[in-house]
Amino acid sequence: MDMFQNILLTIATASTPLLIAAIGELVVERSGVLNLGVEGMMVIGAVCGFAAALMTGSPWIGVLAAIIAGMLLSLLFGFLAISLATNQVATGLSLTLLGIGLSGMIGENFVGQAGIRLPNLDIPVLTDIPMLGRLIFGQDPLFYISLALTAGVMWFLFKTRTGLTLRAIGDSHKSAHALGINVLKYRYLAVMFGGGCAGLAGAHLSLVYTPQWVENMTAGRGWIALALVVFASWRPWRVIGGAYLFGAVTIGQLHAQALGFGIPSQFLSSLPYVATIVVLVLISRNRRLTVMNTPASLAQPFVPDR
Amino acid sequence: MRLELIKRPQQSAFFSAVSPLFALLLTLIAGVIIFTLLGKPPLAALYTYFIEPLSEVWQLHELAIKAGPLIMIAVGLSVAYRSNNWNIGAEGQFIMGGIAGSLIPILVPGFQNFMTLPLMLIFGFAGGALYGAIPALLKTRFNTNEILTSLMLVYVAQLFLDWLARGVFRDPNGNNFPGSIRFPSAARLPEIDPAQGAAHWGFVLSIVAAVIVWAMMQYSLKGFEVKLLGESPRAGRFAGFSSARMVFFAFLLSGGLAGLAGISEVSGAIGQLRENISPGYGFTAIIVAFLGRLNPIGTIAAGLVLALTYLGGEGAQMSLGISDKVARVFQGLILFFVLGCDTLIHYRIRLVFGDPAAKTAAEG
Repeated sequence: MDMFQNILLTIATASTPLLIAAIGELVVERSGVLNLGVEGMMVIGAVCGFAAALMTGSPWIGVLAAIIAGMLLSLLFGFLAISLATNQVATGLSLTLLGIGLSGMIGENFVGQAGIRLPNLDIPVLTDIPMLGRLIFGQDPLFYISLALTAGVMWFLFKTRTGLTLRAIGDSHKSAHALGINVLKYRYLAVMFGGGCAGLAGAHLSLVYTPQWVENMTAGRGWIALALVVFASWRPWRVIGGAYLFGAVTIGQLHAQALGFGIPSQFLSSLPYVATIVVLVLISRNRRLTVMNTPASLAQPFVPDR
Repeated sequence: MRLELIKRPQQSAFFSAVSPLFALLLTLIAGVIIFTLLGKPPLAALYTYFIEPLSEVWQLHELAIKAGPLIMIAVGLSVAYRSNNWNIGAEGQFIMGGIAGSLIPILVPGFQNFMTLPLMLIFGFAGGALYGAIPALLKTRFNTNEILTSLMLVYVAQLFLDWLARGVFRDPNGNNFPGSIRFPSAARLPEIDPAQGAAHWGFVLSIVAAVIVWAMMQYSLKGFEVKLLGESPRAGRFAGFSSARMVFFAFLLSGGLAGLAGISEVSGAIGQLRENISPGYGFTAIIVAFLGRLNPIGTIAAGLVLALTYLGGEGAQMSLGISDKVARVFQGLILFFVLGCDTLIHYRIRLVFGDPAAKTAAEG
């Protein structure tokens, strides 16, 4: 029975970074900005988190460093895409390329070093409850943060005035501007939130999932997070479902690799990527639904007239 | 202080011409800062990066080896991006082209005559084009975002190549090392001038591709269609052009050229199918396409510049002990600066000091 709990635990660990990164990007896209740099901010978060934790001895300082690093990188994107109104697709791509390059440079001296793991929650008695104890009370802190973040974003987007304003900007920046809303300021804040989340997701990889630094260790997770936002049709709670689906596929293929089955490991490793494509096709084939849910001014640069 | 963009009545021809140079200048300045932070002599490092690799003939050959695939891929990408189709999976199409072209020497090693090489190149183009057709099909048929699908297919292609090179295509006499048999000379793209250096005909193919595609964009109806549909799909539809057909055209062309670059690399520079055939050419080519202003001829110059960063990175690692990872940072920075400088083509930038609301009130 403990095996069952272990499998669920590993699925949760694999899903958490996807959930955190996707929920951040969801807020960004709701404000009408498409930041394709998630992969780059995530990998920078991973390396900065790892390095800061190793140098200070505190994994929490690592987490903080990762968030700040992700935010700083997202500001670079914001300056170009928001202030200079550049093409968002190209700018996001350049952020990813830059992030991967920078992380390789920063992390060069950390390759192969043993990292520090963020300790799991451990509440006496409760964590030891058989079957469910570790699942509910014994996971890593970022797991709880990821769920809290999702709930917080749901509340913010749909229950607060600021959230309503943010969604309005994403749907029509021209109207929002005409109403006297500072479109650019909202977008900067949203982009920074997304950057912080991507950095945090990266920290989860290098401080919880596999506490070490490996070049390119995000392995496309930033892109999967972007796909998850589409999959969730820009609804926060659906991101949870999507993230856990992908976590399950990832863990499932790892177990299948361990068991053998005579299937080449490369085919199993490609499953999460193939699953992403399949899921995207299934979700976007309903053209009307996609059009209805997509923030109407997504990826369109906005230059306020005077 | 605040930054304000003011739309120019028409595109600035001046900034259109100098913005890539401006971006390169900014990259050099950033380089000085990075090297100083790393504690290396900045000017010596820049010299090693950007001048030294050009000082001898054999090094120019090395430059051509790196620039060839970058230019070939970027030529296709520039057309795709012009038509507003975001193929970012050229790395995967490059790999699939390499695999498809290698089928001939690996599966039919006895087939060695003057037709071997042309057939391999055709197979390479077809392999890349077919792989590029997948995101195109999904986009037109199911409305699926081509950015994400084309990118995901890169990972799939990398794993597929890894499986081939370690599995079914592994050379049985290769001491268990991954990689296929070495290609016979009839299946190798020959060197241009073996006495001088190692550059192969792939570089020439890239230049030819750039010129042909440039002429197509400049003088043919297809070129007009690409630009029109890219800038205004609605106007394009009124002109009777089909967006769906354009998606396929963009992906087949850019995928095909990436595939051609892939087989050129395998048959020219490497000489066998390995588990890893690209140091990220498909992604670097995105930078090349933008630095070349999405103009096929521009990609030639841009490809040479980016190839220089690869070589400079290797040189700086050997002579100054600077990590070759710095080259990747340079590549990312170039694209950033290019995009930023391009804003100057369409807008004037004004810095507004003080409280903007008060200023407007005073003006009113």
